[in-house]
Amino acid sequence: MTTLNTPIAAITAISTEAAPRRPHWIKRCRQNSILIGGGILLLMTLVALCAPLLSSYDPTLQNLDARYSLPFWMEGTDPAHLLGTDHLGRDYLSRLIYGARISLGIGFSVVLVAALIGTSLGLLAGYFGGKVDMLISFLITTRLSLPIVLVALAAVALRGASLTTLVTVLGLLVWDQFAIVARSGTLAIRHQEYIRAARATGASHLRIMLREILPNLRSTLIVIATLEMANVILLESALSFLGLGVRPPTPSWGLMIAEGRDSILFDAWLIALPGGMLCLLVLAVNLFGDGLRDLTGTEVKR
Amino acid sequence: MLRFLLRRLLVALLVALAVSSISFSLAYLSGDPAIAIAGSGGSAQDAELVRQLYGFDRPIFVQYADWIFQALQGNLGTSYYFSMPVSQIIGERIPVTLILGTASFAVALLVALPLGILAALKPNGLLDRIALLIAVSGQAVPSFWLGLILIVIFGVWLNLVPISGADSWSGFILPVVVLSYYALPALMRLMRASMIDVLQANYVRTARSKGLGMPTVILRHALRNAVLPLVSVAAVQLGILLSGSIVIESVFALNGLGRLAWESLLRSDLAVVQGIILILSLVYVMLTTLADLINAWLDPRIREA
Repeated sequence: MTTLNTPIAAITAISTEAAPRRPHWIKRCRQNSILIGGGILLLMTLVALCAPLLSSYDPTLQNLDARYSLPFWMEGTDPAHLLGTDHLGRDYLSRLIYGARISLGIGFSVVLVAALIGTSLGLLAGYFGGKVDMLISFLITTRLSLPIVLVALAAVALRGASLTTLVTVLGLLVWDQFAIVARSGTLAIRHQEYIRAARATGASHLRIMLREILPNLRSTLIVIATLEMANVILLESALSFLGLGVRPPTPSWGLMIAEGRDSILFDAWLIALPGGMLCLLVLAVNLFGDGLRDLTGTEVKR
Repeated sequence: MLRFLLRRLLVALLVALAVSSISFSLAYLSGDPAIAIAGSGGSAQDAELVRQLYGFDRPIFVQYADWIFQALQGNLGTSYYFSMPVSQIIGERIPVTLILGTASFAVALLVALPLGILAALKPNGLLDRIALLIAVSGQAVPSFWLGLILIVIFGVWLNLVPISGADSWSGFILPVVVLSYYALPALMRLMRASMIDVLQANYVRTARSKGLGMPTVILRHALRNAVLPLVSVAAVQLGILLSGSIVIESVFALNGLGRLAWESLLRSDLAVVQGIILILSLVYVMLTTLADLINAWLDPRIREA
């Protein structure tokens, strides 16, 4: 996806994308995409969690005597640095490992913030309808009209780049899909019998929204969260690449690509490695999300 | 239809107003815009001077009203870095972004539509799986990274294209390839899904049973309905391409709006950043409004609703 913001129509298209009749092997293929995507994702999460155990160097430790050491597949490499070192002599493998922490950490926390904002707004809009819905739909349209990369860059530049700012700014910008999905999901079920029954027993609006409606939206929201996480990881890497995201010397893959850019003519592997990791991670998250979507989609239909 | 038109335009106007107030208030994100402009090295006197020069000492609503009023007359303020009107600077840089955005959009559509249709004809066939592979990889590859890799391969190793700048048209080849690849997945997946839906409709079966050939049925009956949902997504994608080219412009050193915005941010030239955000948002609002109107014109069911 990674269209940085997916439009409303594309979301509705996602739900219609599941063709009604599918041969058996396709279903197996879907499960495979969950297994492969989930497997890679799990592996990367483990690597990120166990980063201090796996890496033999401090990712920010500079060693100017050992600059531009080559990775193992090239001639004249230093066995102490399996994937070589960068322009400041920092161990590249350690930086790549710690980079997984940044990508996954930011991806996860931003999605958490965005899901909280978006889902609350969507629930309110769908449940109360009328003027509340008009106002919140207006908020969604306004948010979609903003050029997200530019606004995020400006906000981070003006607020000063720290991880907290980055997560807050991105969280405040990517809640739209959660709101859209939660709103339409709530609209679809708000007149059902059990909602009215709950109302008749004297349940409060808040209780109905949280206990009766939210559980029904759970699977859709999880799918959106997965797909949005891929989005956020790419967004963070782009911001860091432009020098307005994660600050040096913190090892972010986007930042590493920016740092390797100066030596692109001679040492293309310096940008190939972090970029490859980004592709792998985003691909894994997307595969997992797509698989989940198809799986939950079919379950809903049955 | 008139009621629909008026209501849609009113919403567009309100959104434009909301967007303008957001880009205006961006200046206050740092706390005090005067200090942001004066820079970290500036003294309190510098900041005070900037405050008076730019009118930051007035009440905020007065500033906003003034800004909007001036913007309506095409005056977006003065860039402190260039000491030139912001609108003039933006006017100089906008052609590059427009060429890049529209060319990438055209390429993306030219590939996405046929591929999406062909993939829909035989779901899970060989072509469908190739299309899926293209879409999945297109969604996972960071565009700035793909740009750098292509520069290394085609610019440095093979020496086929210039590695930066847009002095000639060949400087646009790689950026257009990267940007269109970025817009491709969403368009193609939607085209495919929409075509699959339409092909199961009764009127397609009727057309087939009349003895019409598959190409006729697809081109004359199915396609017309299948492109309907594509209109709004295409508008959104074009808007994203125009505003999302910021990373690509900086990778390929193209002097467009995105690069201008980025450089202006780095030298805290706020008026330029605000102007660009406003312009890009307004273009987006216009594009999506236009798409809704086109949809209403194509599909009577929408305007009745």
